[in-house]
Amino acid sequence: MVHRIAGILVSLSLFVMGQALAQDVERGREVFQYWCAPCHDDGAARPGTVALQILYNGEKPALLEERTDLLPEYTKTIVRTGISIMPFYRKTEISDADLDALAAYLAP
Amino acid sequence: MPILPPGINETDFSAALGQFAETVGTNWVFTSDEDVALYRDAYSPFWGSDEEKLASAAVAPESVEEVQQIVRIANRYRIPLYPISTGKNYGYGGSAPVHSGSVVVDLKRMNRVLEIDERNATCLVEPGVSYFDLYNAIQEKGAKLWIDCPDPGWGSPIGNALDHGLGYTIGHFRDHFGSHCGMEVVLPNSEVLRTGPGGIPGSKTWQQYQYAFGPQLDGIFTQSNFGIVTKMGFWLAPEPEAFREDTVAVYNHDDLIPLVDVTSYLTNSSISNGLPGLGSPLLRADSDPEHIALLQTSDRPALERYGREKNIPYWTCNIKTYGPKEVINAQWAHAREKFASSIPGATFTEGEKLEFPLTYEQGEEYQQGRIAGGRVDFGIPNLSIFQIISRTPWNPDPKFGHYYFSPIIPKTGEAIFEASKVFTEAYDQLGLSRPPQGITSLPALYYQRSAMLLMALQVTRNVEVDRKNRTAFKELIKIAAEHGWGEYRTPPAFQDDVMNAYSFGNNALRRFNETIKDAIDPNGIISPGKSGIWPKNMRGA
Repeated sequence: MVHRIAGILVSLSLFVMGQALAQDVERGREVFQYWCAPCHDDGAARPGTVALQILYNGEKPALLEERTDLLPEYTKTIVRTGISIMPFYRKTEISDADLDALAAYLAP
Repeated sequence: MPILPPGINETDFSAALGQFAETVGTNWVFTSDEDVALYRDAYSPFWGSDEEKLASAAVAPESVEEVQQIVRIANRYRIPLYPISTGKNYGYGGSAPVHSGSVVVDLKRMNRVLEIDERNATCLVEPGVSYFDLYNAIQEKGAKLWIDCPDPGWGSPIGNALDHGLGYTIGHFRDHFGSHCGMEVVLPNSEVLRTGPGGIPGSKTWQQYQYAFGPQLDGIFTQSNFGIVTKMGFWLAPEPEAFREDTVAVYNHDDLIPLVDVTSYLTNSSISNGLPGLGSPLLRADSDPEHIALLQTSDRPALERYGREKNIPYWTCNIKTYGPKEVINAQWAHAREKFASSIPGATFTEGEKLEFPLTYEQGEEYQQGRIAGGRVDFGIPNLSIFQIISRTPWNPDPKFGHYYFSPIIPKTGEAIFEASKVFTEAYDQLGLSRPPQGITSLPALYYQRSAMLLMALQVTRNVEVDRKNRTAFKELIKIAAEHGWGEYRTPPAFQDDVMNAYSFGNNALRRFNETIKDAIDPNGIISPGKSGIWPKNMRGA
């Protein structure tokens, strides 16, 4: 009986964690769409995508959403320090919670 | 530990920060090194040098009342404040203060679109609203209205208008301050002022009439430090029915004079209401060795001959017109006749013809091959402009940003020739790199009655190179002033120099600004040094 209850609790907590993770990822997608997509999505004259196409020359995808190597800490560092002509973002723009969600969304 | 405001001791600064936190909540006062570093100007021409302008802290209010309370606290402790809207004024200062040690008042959290009035084509917004936000709010409402936005869509309509920013659509809408209507300002004494009809409690026409009874004060809150603007109204354009873009091409060097004159006539008569775009295919080097060699010489007749033989125009002008389909077709027919009768040999090419609303795909197609301009021609905000400095096939080794030397010159071909000669010589004297055929910075014609040169200097983050470029920039300001030209806008690094170039009447303009500053902000707490306006306690003897 104790084992059954423990099993239910574990399943329940995994379900809740899964739900939370899904919410984080959905929030991360929203953050990406709002803050990153104007430069980094697939469309005409997107400066970030064009820059990464040239930089990686086919070795990695130019679209951030297609990358499988963006570790959360790397994404968070780039957002807070900037790179090349991309400026850094303040916490009134991308809060720490939103940055966590964005990093989770782009993570492998 | 970030720097302290000059002249403020740690005890007072700490007390002020504590009271800021009581006002906005501890989460919205930023004091750690890593948080305050986010208020550096990413495109600072001072980056990494001892002269870089740095904040001491930042505070992010969410309401007008919180802004008022921050101003009261700042007065109590004499803390210099530096308000920013979205903080995206890259190339003209970003989110860093003019006076190092200021506390940045980050208004990004005040991000409400307060009103969209479709019948009267107006809106009322807060400073943290971006062009993306306003565009999205209009789309969500389903209103048939256009915004006019600058190239970078992440900027603030309020911040951009306050810095005399410009856009791309129809006539007077391109002048963002000129198309504003009504302001709310927290004054340095913490009182709230509303301009225009907003001065009437319960006004019904705040966004409908630009003036009020008595002096029209709005202008003194632009490029200044006389208050913190917390609301602003703007006039929007009803979505037009159609658009067409046509190009006139001319083949002689001196044809630029009538080309600009006819363009001005068409603009000033509202026959063409879009942003005209000047170009010079002949001065753009291509792969033909003969062409490249000719561009290295000063043999203008030979270059003209080459252009005529190869059908490469010396000058072109894109003419854009918005309105009902039949009307703009008739307007172009008239414009074409004006050009043809004024410039023998002019040729014409019909370009885009679009009807609104555009589909997403139409907007994307129009953007292809365009960097400055593109979807912004239709009030669709985006960030494509950053391709002028990002890694591209023609710029494989990008630097870290740029800033513009941007003088206003007369809107005539003669003035363009003179400015090109003056600044080509200046670039050579100052050791700045330039294209072999001269500066050829053809002016942008955002304003209807004047022309604007835009000459970019790169931010290298090499302290010595950036210092050399800053010195050169200051010389350019002096050289421009000697010819009667002044900048319309400039980064904090050069605001004293530009203000001092407006020296008529023994610097009457600067001294009058200082008189206002001293009267309304005796403690000098709002943006000291902004636009070269320093409070009494920070001015030299």
